[in-house]
Amino acid sequence: MNFRGQGMGNCTSLFDLHGAFGAKIVDFGGWDMPLHYGSQIEEHHAVRQKAGMFDVSHMTALDVKGSQARDYLRYLLANDVDRLTFDGKALYSGMLNNDGGVIDDLIVYRMPWGYRVVVNCATREKDLAWMKRQASDFDVTFEEQSDVAMIAVQGPEARQLTAGVLSSGAFSIDKARLVDDLNVFEGHECEGWLIARTGYTGEDGLEITLPANEAKALWSALAEAGVRPCGLGCRDTLRLEAGMNLYGQDMDDNVIPFSANMGWCVAWESADRHFIGRTALENIRAQGGWDRLVGLVLEERGVLRHGQKVVIDVDGEYGEGVITSGTFSPTLGHAIAMARVPAGTGDRARVEMRGKLVDVRVVKPCFVRHGKKVFE
Amino acid sequence: MSNIPSDLCYVKSHEWIRLEDDGTVTVGITNHAQEALGDVVFVELPEVGVELALDAEAGVVESVKAASDIYAPISGKIVAINHALEEAPELVNSNPYNEGWFFRLQPSDSEQLNDLLDADAYAALCEEEA
Repeated sequence: MNFRGQGMGNCTSLFDLHGAFGAKIVDFGGWDMPLHYGSQIEEHHAVRQKAGMFDVSHMTALDVKGSQARDYLRYLLANDVDRLTFDGKALYSGMLNNDGGVIDDLIVYRMPWGYRVVVNCATREKDLAWMKRQASDFDVTFEEQSDVAMIAVQGPEARQLTAGVLSSGAFSIDKARLVDDLNVFEGHECEGWLIARTGYTGEDGLEITLPANEAKALWSALAEAGVRPCGLGCRDTLRLEAGMNLYGQDMDDNVIPFSANMGWCVAWESADRHFIGRTALENIRAQGGWDRLVGLVLEERGVLRHGQKVVIDVDGEYGEGVITSGTFSPTLGHAIAMARVPAGTGDRARVEMRGKLVDVRVVKPCFVRHGKKVFE
Repeated sequence: MSNIPSDLCYVKSHEWIRLEDDGTVTVGITNHAQEALGDVVFVELPEVGVELALDAEAGVVESVKAASDIYAPISGKIVAINHALEEAPELVNSNPYNEGWFFRLQPSDSEQLNDLLDADAYAALCEEEA
């Protein structure tokens, strides 16, 4: 059977299963990935209300090892891996260029043998080239994990259902126990799998990295247990509701962390830690006035979209911004967006939609967490 | 190509047209169109009584993916709109040829009906676009 739409992209080890589950396949960063399996909105609700799973094997997993792996990552990343005070702890960070622009956002796990770094798919080559270039003065090695699959199981019942599946005969009770015991934002290895309590949906859940040849068995068993297969379509609406950035849309090489709601993950302490981009950010911080990433809410009909112009009144002066990500929020039943706007933007703005200016509210860029509305 | 009823007429912009017994025509979007759009979240329809010229903008369909214009496939006066879509836009996805209809109009120039595509011609068009 051949379900491939384009037939040109890379395929994950779950590709045939996606076809069997009725996926509509689209190209995503050179990979043929499921957009949805029928209804993006129903998949979205499944994650908010019960459990859904995503094939995220297109993400890049890179192991950084060597006697200076810690020193190297403290130099490479804006967040400080010294915040990882024990093995298994995870950290979100930006990787910046010398001007303070965001090369990528990533998750780094401290492991007994070094660090596991997970970066985006579309930025893989750029990231690897940059990381290797910056490594010349350090004793570090890189090992890309190419023969693995990654499955994200997300939703209020995700851990419970996954633990149930893993405790059955085909898998192992140790993995099930790990899922039960795992703390938020930690990941541990168990019999060749890395099981982490992380995600990109604003719900509790897991991201499981496992050998590619074991992925189909896990996916099928989870589906049988009631975990709904979900495509990249609802992954986008879920992450946007949760106020999580998408690289290439909400930030890129020309955007500093302060303008991407990532200032919280720039670790200024300790003051003697020199990381790439620090000097540039210190200069910008001294000057002030950078753009902000805010949330927009449209409670009437219509959908906010990436690229739409935002018109703002800043202290009586005309100002302009742009929607970086916009969508219809299935949980809230109206449109939401993230937008980059000038400093000083108040709680009202207007968006140019199809030739008309429409009033929107400006809120903190986080809309839904654990199934509930979070903004006022 | 899936689900193109043979008793309907079509236009290139992926709308279907049903000729009713009373001389009016009912308009909606095809199964192919709703599949391409993905989940529909809002439908903006014309007002009853409005006169529309051929190919004039008649409304907007907003899906999770994109906003798309709906056009008048023939000129005429709007005599009814599907109010159910205000509360249940997903009917466009689940039942595009019946409950998901958009509007009904009274044609002002019945000659235009001769220019509509039949199911085979529309199927060929979809094949071409794929």
